[in-house]
Amino acid sequence: MSTNKPAFMQWLDQRLPVTNAYEKHMSKYYAPKNLNWWYVFGLLATLVFVNQILSGIWLTMSYVPSADEAFHSVEYIMRDVDSGWIIRYMHSTGASFFFIVVYLHMFRGIMYGSYQKPRELIWVFGMFIYLALMAEGFMGYVLPWGQMSYWGAQVIISLFGAIPVIGDGLTEWIRGDFLISGITLNRFFALHVIAIPLVLALLVVLHILALHEVGSNNPDGVDIKKHKDDKGAPLDGIPFHPYYTVGKLPMIILFLFVFCGVLFFFPEGGGYFLEHANFEPANPLKTPEHIAPTWYYGAFYSILRAVPDKLMGVIAMAAAIAILFVLPWLDRSPVRSWRYKGWMSKTAIILFAIAFIVLSYLGGQPVTDLNTWLARICSVIYFGFFILMPWYTRIEKTKPVPERVPE
Amino acid sequence: MKKLFLSLVLSVAPLAAFSAGGAVQLDHISTDLSDKASLQRGAQLYMNYCMGCHSLEYARYNRVARDLDIPEEIMMENLVFNDVNFGSLMENAMSEEDGKEWFGAAPPDLTLVARVRGPDWLYTYLRGFYKDENRPMGVNNVVFPNVGMPHVLADLQGLCAEQPHPVTDKRFDPLTGRTITEGGCEAYETEGMLTPTEYDNAMYDLVNFLEYMGEPFAEDRERIGWMVFAFLAVFLVIGQLLYRELWKDIH
Amino acid sequence: MTQDGVNKGRRRFLYIAAGAMGAAGAVGVATPFVRSWYPSEKAKAVGAPVDVDISTLESGEMRIAEWRGKPIFIVRRTETMIENLRKDELTSRLADPESEVASQQPEYAQNTLRSRAEDLLVLEGVCTHLGCSPQFRPEVEPQPFDANWMGGFFCPCHGSRFDLAGRVYKGVPAPTNLVVPPHVVQGSVLTVGEESA
Repeated sequence: MSTNKPAFMQWLDQRLPVTNAYEKHMSKYYAPKNLNWWYVFGLLATLVFVNQILSGIWLTMSYVPSADEAFHSVEYIMRDVDSGWIIRYMHSTGASFFFIVVYLHMFRGIMYGSYQKPRELIWVFGMFIYLALMAEGFMGYVLPWGQMSYWGAQVIISLFGAIPVIGDGLTEWIRGDFLISGITLNRFFALHVIAIPLVLALLVVLHILALHEVGSNNPDGVDIKKHKDDKGAPLDGIPFHPYYTVGKLPMIILFLFVFCGVLFFFPEGGGYFLEHANFEPANPLKTPEHIAPTWYYGAFYSILRAVPDKLMGVIAMAAAIAILFVLPWLDRSPVRSWRYKGWMSKTAIILFAIAFIVLSYLGGQPVTDLNTWLARICSVIYFGFFILMPWYTRIEKTKPVPERVPE
Repeated sequence: MKKLFLSLVLSVAPLAAFSAGGAVQLDHISTDLSDKASLQRGAQLYMNYCMGCHSLEYARYNRVARDLDIPEEIMMENLVFNDVNFGSLMENAMSEEDGKEWFGAAPPDLTLVARVRGPDWLYTYLRGFYKDENRPMGVNNVVFPNVGMPHVLADLQGLCAEQPHPVTDKRFDPLTGRTITEGGCEAYETEGMLTPTEYDNAMYDLVNFLEYMGEPFAEDRERIGWMVFAFLAVFLVIGQLLYRELWKDIH
Repeated sequence: MTQDGVNKGRRRFLYIAAGAMGAAGAVGVATPFVRSWYPSEKAKAVGAPVDVDISTLESGEMRIAEWRGKPIFIVRRTETMIENLRKDELTSRLADPESEVASQQPEYAQNTLRSRAEDLLVLEGVCTHLGCSPQFRPEVEPQPFDANWMGGFFCPCHGSRFDLAGRVYKGVPAPTNLVVPPHVVQGSVLTVGEESA
């Protein structure tokens, strides 16, 4: 290392690998120079995570996790706490945006084959993050103790009742009561504010450590480590900092425009981010006329409803999530990015994306014959994308991947 | 007449409107939270006609007075009918049990009703009462069938003899093609103190007040939003310039 | 990748500008978080001014009211008590007999008797040392803690002594006089927490 560092940094570096870590993960972490705007969503997810942690900590300062007080305390935050509404909307808007950026982040991975060897673990850790996020979002949604909180929890917890033999006992154990009550609310609160955030933070660290071990993929799926200069830096790589940290600033600000646009002008997100019925306190004796899960679970809820059998529906829903975990081993293509894959892969990815969006939408719609059939068709496409992947990725004709990143 | 009305009922409603509870066509209004005079009139109507049964238990008198430019003395003397402090929550004396006994269901708190139902539903509901001898209170409602609430505003509106229909539901005489009516109530059982237009205006004020009640900080929210946008716009320009400057190294 | 021909000045300027915007943004984001710690509307409503009926308060009697969670001492002083408060043998033993520390009372109580009306004393019953509540000891008689006790308040925690105007003695741990809260009297109603009606 250079010796003209300040004395304090020298002192620190002998005791803690500060400079070392900075170079490994920032200034000498080489990312491909052809990353496009799809590569901003990981950073944005981190940003939203920080937003959720901060606003969440502040919300717990005034929120009361009890069946009698929860709803009232949320309105207390919105009305009586100075600037409390900003903090609450930051959190509620952040919840939806967390899923938006994570879905886009995952889709980026699918398009460019970022899960392929040697990045399988990054994908698997990412899937665990997604799973934890679903649990986090679900439990968080229960906390305001509105009608949708209550009845959403009722429906989701009842899913476990579909499991043969142990189902009924399991649902009782999860609730800690014979119905969803303050006891359930209290344990969900503990899990939502402490347990799952800790797990999430750990998983994020693992996700990033695994990424920095093998390096970022890129839209062309070129392996930049094959060609290095005499100092060992990839010829097609550029330091992550400042080119992708400061360089992503415009994208981050554009994101903040959208985020703040929702926060300050459409905090209810048209009834999707904050549902109308949830402004009514939980009432165990009256089901709202229309229950739908929050939009980000819509796809899986649609798959559940598409199957006309309770147990099979739950299995289909669980399988829809589980199959994502094994994606790295389903893709047998010799190339990573869809830019070099054949027409079958491209078609499959586009159909899959459309099916996922349609399923998500249908999850919030009432059941009609048309909707059910649409959901069934889309569910078949959803599973077909994965199940047929080993076949279509192997037989299709791919384009040759260039040695270097194309100019 | 009733059949005609029902035939206009929409069968598919988007999620956003679904919680509004049904398929009846609603009259649309545009609320205006900057219209303090309207909000003040709405608050007065609420305190006189609604507060006895429907609390606003998440809101405080002093906040309403401050937001609506109502001086403390006027608020406390003319709009607050129970003996409470200026900073108290806007609760009322009716217990849930009494409410259940008198009306079949306890009158709900209305602080957030505009966020649950939306202003259009409220506007249509408040103008949707009509005479129905089969109901315990002698009235029914177009958008809330078999409602337990009596028509407390009957001395203002009068009582409609049959189902009123939406204003937007313009019907035409099949022979002449002329508009039969602009909507609303066609025949009154008893007359009220206000003309139909005056009553509609009064209900606009009341809904406007409830819309304010649902999100009292809504005006602040948008004002701060514009400031944030202005800040981000400047930041975006600098960020973009910096990005281009840095990426000169690579291109 | 090369940094030849880079306009260093321009680059530095843009870095500083972006950094300044970032810092301003951070302050903006921090604002609601900081503000949310101020007393909420609920706390303010609970801490609103308190009315006390003092029509039945006897001469020489003390009554304790509560305002913002603090005991408020309300004393109707007798003629003798008032005379004693003016005596040199007392004032010479006080740290701040003329209430010169302005933070301890409103302007209208910045006088020898530390009150609006001569007889009516209104004090926050919170010792200025470490927040204990002093005891009311109006009797002029020798005490274990003071052989020449002229009547006043005694704090049991650390032995701080105050006279019947809440003025602190010299040589005790409490640094300043007891606080006179903002108050106003209208007829027989004392309102604590409000400057004027």
